[in-house]
Amino acid sequence: MTKTDTSGPEQVPPTPSHTVGPFYGYALPFRGGEDIAPLGHRDTITVHGYVLDGAGEPLPDALVELWGPRPDGTVPQVDGSLRRDPATGGHLGRNGVEFTGWGRSQTDADGHWYARTLRPGVRGRGAPYLSVCVFARGLLMHLFTRIYLPGDEAALAADPLLVRVGDRRDTLIAGDEGEGAYRFDIRLQGEGETVFLEYR
Amino acid sequence: MSLTQQDIDREIAARHAAYEKRLADGAPVEHHPRRDYTPYRSSVLRHPVQPPVAIDSAQDPELVELYSPAFGERDITEIDNDLTRHHRGEPVGERITVSGRLLDRAGRPVRGQLIEIWQANSAGRYAHRREQHDAPLDPNFTGAGRTLTDAEGRYRFTTIQPGPYPWRNHVNAWRPAHIHFSVFGAAFTQRLVTQMYFPNDPLFPYDPILQSVTDDAARQRLIATYDHGLSVPEFSLGYHWDIVLDGPSATWTEEGR
Repeated sequence: MTKTDTSGPEQVPPTPSHTVGPFYGYALPFRGGEDIAPLGHRDTITVHGYVLDGAGEPLPDALVELWGPRPDGTVPQVDGSLRRDPATGGHLGRNGVEFTGWGRSQTDADGHWYARTLRPGVRGRGAPYLSVCVFARGLLMHLFTRIYLPGDEAALAADPLLVRVGDRRDTLIAGDEGEGAYRFDIRLQGEGETVFLEYR
Repeated sequence: MSLTQQDIDREIAARHAAYEKRLADGAPVEHHPRRDYTPYRSSVLRHPVQPPVAIDSAQDPELVELYSPAFGERDITEIDNDLTRHHRGEPVGERITVSGRLLDRAGRPVRGQLIEIWQANSAGRYAHRREQHDAPLDPNFTGAGRTLTDAEGRYRFTTIQPGPYPWRNHVNAWRPAHIHFSVFGAAFTQRLVTQMYFPNDPLFPYDPILQSVTDDAARQRLIATYDHGLSVPEFSLGYHWDIVLDGPSATWTEEGR
């Protein structure tokens, strides 16, 4: 049953998720995937960290996607994240001028990922954040979380999600390393397990 | 003590029976796998133990997750969706055409969004350095492609029928032939990575990854249909596979859901 009948008034059932597996590395990562910020932009921040399993071991085969608004809070609707080169069939990289808001970073052999993007602006009712989607071998369905940046304690204290998760809030707030660098580890399981989200 | 197919079969049956019982007791249909599906051993240390925190998007329609990153013509080239044309020579194997529609849960087409695929070659080998399966690489086949959906949400790929391959979940573990799909929707909440299978594969009951979808009807939705109308004369066999994305979007909210 893989032709979907859309004639009825009811909702159509979704396609199930599956793991990304171990071999996406020649298909999904792309040149400049981590360098989301336009070159030399003054609101550039670096976010980075480790993806860790339930034994505290880093994952060398996880994929982290980031999606966030501009510093003024507006949502970019700009293509060109993975510009392709019709001559070689390779990736050209971003043009360094436009901000698409989205990027992709694969963990290295140490389980470490990074991205350079623009500081997200405030939208809606909460404190500003970057939306994160994590994929990995062994993970049957991706996981959503958020990276909140430290600094504006009043805004963080008033954020509806951070209030709801109580003493687990620290797993959603990056550590300030200075010079616009922030540390955000993603713990899939166990002590200090990151808060993961489900959108309804 | 090595883990056998019989051990995995028993675990698969137990998880399936547990799901059927939950359903009979009135629990909701589970369209997606549970992340703690241990017959797939790699999941054991990689699933959260705490339940996910629900975000009611209707409460905050400004959420950035209700919007999707944008992709356009410069993010693909003309032959990115024809995996048989990425090298000088012809790849080995049966050419296939895979096509379908990208839809949301309301059945509306998702237009202009990115679909990326990757797969093993006809011998069941991925073009990945970490892949150690002793089957030949094909110098004329990489097995990665991408496309944008059209105004009706349609996509189309030309590729090679992938082979099944062994893996090390347990002794004599084999994956049924499949193509990996990575899909963007009308919102980041609708993000999906999954795998498409081919009809009547005898490996289905033995595979803990496919069986991680314990709902029988949901599992069927991962299997493409042979479609003679999509077969190209003298060239390829056609398979139809629609993709339906879960999760709210900004347009969804505007329409009062």
